[in-house]
Amino acid sequence: MKFQVKVWRQKNRQDAGRFETYTVEDVIPEMSFLEMLDLLNEQLLKRDESPIEFDSDCREGICGTCGLVVDGMAHGPKRACTTCELRMRNFSEDKTIVVEPFRAHGFPVIKDLVVDREAFDRIIAAGGYTSVNTGSAPEANALLIPKDIAEKAMDSAACIGCGACVAACPNASASLFVSAKITQFSLLPQGAAERKRRAVRMVEQMDREGFGNCSNHAECEAACPKSISIENIAVMRREYMKGALAGA
Amino acid sequence: MSVKSPILDAKIPDGPVQQKWSDHKASIKLVNPANKRKYTVIVVGTGLAGGAAAATLGELGYNVLNFCIQDSPRRAHSVAAQGGINAAKNYQNDGDSVWRLFYDTVKGGDYRAREANVYRLAELSTNIIDQSVAAGVPFAREYGGTLANRSFGGAQVSRTFYARGQTGQQLLLGCYSALMRQVDAGRVKLFPRREMLDVVLAEGRARGIVCRNLVTGEIEKYAADAVCVATGGYSTVFFLSTNAVNCNATAAWRCYKKGALFANPCFTQIHPTCLPQAGEGQSKLTLMSESLRNDGRVWVPKTKGDKRPPQDIPEGERDYFLERKYPAFGNLAPRDISSRAAKEACDNGYGVGATGFSVYLDFAEAIGRLGESVIRERYGNLFAMYHEITDEDPYRMPMRIYPAPHYTMGGLWVDYNLMTTVPGLYALGEANFSDHGANRLGASALMQGLADGYFVLPATISDYLAEHRPDGMTTNHEAFTESVKAVDEQTKQLIGINGKKTVRDYHWELGRVMWEKVGMARDEAGLKEAISDIQALREDYWKNVKVGGSNEDLNKSLEFAGRLGDFLELGEVMAVDALDREESCGGHFRKEYQTADGEALRNDDKFCHVSAWKYTGDNKTPELHKEPLEFDDVKLTQRSYK
Ligand SMILES: Cc1cc2nc3c(=O)[nH]c(=O)nc-3n(C[C@H](O)[C@H](O)[C@H](O)COP(=O)(O)OP(=O)(O)OC[C@H]3O[C@@H](n4cnc5c(N)ncnc54)[C@H](O)[C@@H]3O)c2cc1C
Ligand code: FES
Repeated sequence: MKFQVKVWRQKNRQDAGRFETYTVEDVIPEMSFLEMLDLLNEQLLKRDESPIEFDSDCREGICGTCGLVVDGMAHGPKRACTTCELRMRNFSEDKTIVVEPFRAHGFPVIKDLVVDREAFDRIIAAGGYTSVNTGSAPEANALLIPKDIAEKAMDSAACIGCGACVAACPNASASLFVSAKITQFSLLPQGAAERKRRAVRMVEQMDREGFGNCSNHAECEAACPKSISIENIAVMRREYMKGALAGA
Repeated sequence: MSVKSPILDAKIPDGPVQQKWSDHKASIKLVNPANKRKYTVIVVGTGLAGGAAAATLGELGYNVLNFCIQDSPRRAHSVAAQGGINAAKNYQNDGDSVWRLFYDTVKGGDYRAREANVYRLAELSTNIIDQSVAAGVPFAREYGGTLANRSFGGAQVSRTFYARGQTGQQLLLGCYSALMRQVDAGRVKLFPRREMLDVVLAEGRARGIVCRNLVTGEIEKYAADAVCVATGGYSTVFFLSTNAVNCNATAAWRCYKKGALFANPCFTQIHPTCLPQAGEGQSKLTLMSESLRNDGRVWVPKTKGDKRPPQDIPEGERDYFLERKYPAFGNLAPRDISSRAAKEACDNGYGVGATGFSVYLDFAEAIGRLGESVIRERYGNLFAMYHEITDEDPYRMPMRIYPAPHYTMGGLWVDYNLMTTVPGLYALGEANFSDHGANRLGASALMQGLADGYFVLPATISDYLAEHRPDGMTTNHEAFTESVKAVDEQTKQLIGINGKKTVRDYHWELGRVMWEKVGMARDEAGLKEAISDIQALREDYWKNVKVGGSNEDLNKSLEFAGRLGDFLELGEVMAVDALDREESCGGHFRKEYQTADGEALRNDDKFCHVSAWKYTGDNKTPELHKEPLEFDDVKLTQRSYK
């Protein structure tokens, strides 16, 4: 197969950036989207052109490293799927594929398709944990957690921190990401003592990082490769209110 | 007889195996709490091993500098582990115990691991579960609210804890949150998008590292009182493996080149149930949980090159080769045996699929017996993943699988305290060689990474630090200047060659050699060929590679180029080690050493030792040092899966 791809090229943070169009040959339908880009990069290198920089690691949808906007959609046109899980058989040769980085105020571009998502780590550092030192944990089965609660917590905990929610949101809000962590802990008895403080601190850190507000577009849920529900955002609001009222 | 090497003192404590760790902890020198913050400890890696160590050292009050390649510590490759983590909790009351986990691990490692280490691992396994639950890891639970378990990798007890198919992710996020708490507290400083390219030694001790800032290209230097390397395994030496594309041996290899011995490099594990390669553009292979083998039957056509679709091949013309060869275990035969049998079938022309390099894993019988809904409940997500990747529906036609390199038991040699042969340089997790012998049991790597990181290293490091007080070492020391210079020169050299073949071209070629000749069945002739092939490839690489771009900004081709340079050396040492070990054990199978019916044949008289290799210079054969292994508690026996 042979594809036309229009890719965002940007030298560094300061550069204004622009699109470049390339042709990739010898693509096979089984190839993943990133393997198609690998192939293009090999072809570029051999022509002495500079390869397109993009992030990836596990290439099986779990590490959250990859993340491209493909044809205007974060992680591409397929639902519940990361960019690395997209296959070329899902694309048609007749249409130029447009590839861009995740764009958001909170995610400055480093180079080409690579963005800086360290803001997410700073939000987790602001309370996305339980305060238990190593060695001081009680016997695991001393804490009984009903199966359905554990499952719900797992639904929220499944977030891979890729940032597609931010890229998909018209306001570039990080609410889905932040709320998934807050919800996980709000369901579990572990870390309950710091529940209010956690919600307030994490939300405030999110604001400080320059992410926008949530105005219920639900684009985040549609783009989320792990199908994290926007119900988490409602939980976050509740947790934040409780915390703020308690003066946490 | 093997001679005990004077430089390999494992420092195994005296006393009965059950007492060693507690006695040892009681005798370790401690650092005064008020003084801890005066010590700086570097931890390279943020996977289960590195992340847990950095968090715990921070909690203890040390000043910790923590490095990783990815943009966030949460993305370390531990995140990809699916199946689960073992622990001797005996929650199922099915006869499990620390002793049994210890026994299974020693036996599973085919008697090439240290008893004392393995016992400690089994002992700490229970604390890991407590710690992870306290951190909020949402493990699977029973209706009553207690933790659920499953049996994994052929174990006779149910001791594996899991969080859906995302156990590694959840454990890592637990560990990452503990780490971020220390970042918040100011005790751990994070350095993401950094690649360690050298360890700096002064007066014979590890005193810091040199890394490349992957965004700016700057070569940076950091000083410390001790350095811990938790940089994962080296399966990507095969190019195609189940590991992430950034997995590498570079940090460990640079330690080796500074004098740390590298142990059992040839001990690698090939996982039997991976998705087959689809073409030359493939960048990695996806693992599917081997729980699939509980209900799937492995077969190939009895006729070579039979191109009929599977449903058209009648029962009588199918060879269920695992059931035929290993009737007692059948489709659940251990990883190495299953993998080897599949490759053999394909090499002999019986393979299926477009490339001929895959075998069927067929659920038709199980679906008939149990109904599709039961199968869907058990493996729904795996079937969906398979369908998604291959465009073939495994409910309608058999899956196609093929083995892939998955885990490396070999790594930096460490003593009981996890210290390498370089004072002050520690190795943790998959980066060390310590606990799995010649073959790792399923669900044991997560356990080892967390045991090393949460419990072992934080306890043992104080013994060293108490003896080596902070002395005002800074990066102005000339050892740093020299190291930066060497790293900088190599980086510029790689860019400067500007030859004809890309880094990927070379990596692909190295991968072919490794897979064919240093893969799961090796022989003398093949290994000798591999050594000369790799030498030739390496020579060509340094003359003819094309990296592109500049060293002054983000350049992934350059990152991969540096890593491949190291793989081109490590690959050779793996072959040298495999050639030297004239026996078959665990994942290391030498065709010359097998029983009449094709079983691995160990040679305990000559090879009951750890082989640790010492760097002697570029393009020189390394020097072999042996650490004899003694088995006092688990009797040496040949395994049999017939
Ligand atoms: C697909 C898959 C499934 C698995 N499933 C299971 C399972 O079910 N159960 C089980 O027990 N085990 C499983 N394993 C094995 C297990 O996941 C790993 O062995 C283990 O997680 C390794 O942890 P680690 O902390 O040693 O290394 P990693 O998690 O690999 O972390 C390495 C860290 O080092 C950093 N790093 C590497 N090189 C450098 C450098 N040069 N400079 C700076 N930083 C560097 C990386 O950025 C990363 O942070 C699986 C492995 C794979 C690949
Ligand atoms: S590369 Fe890991 S999720 Fe895509």
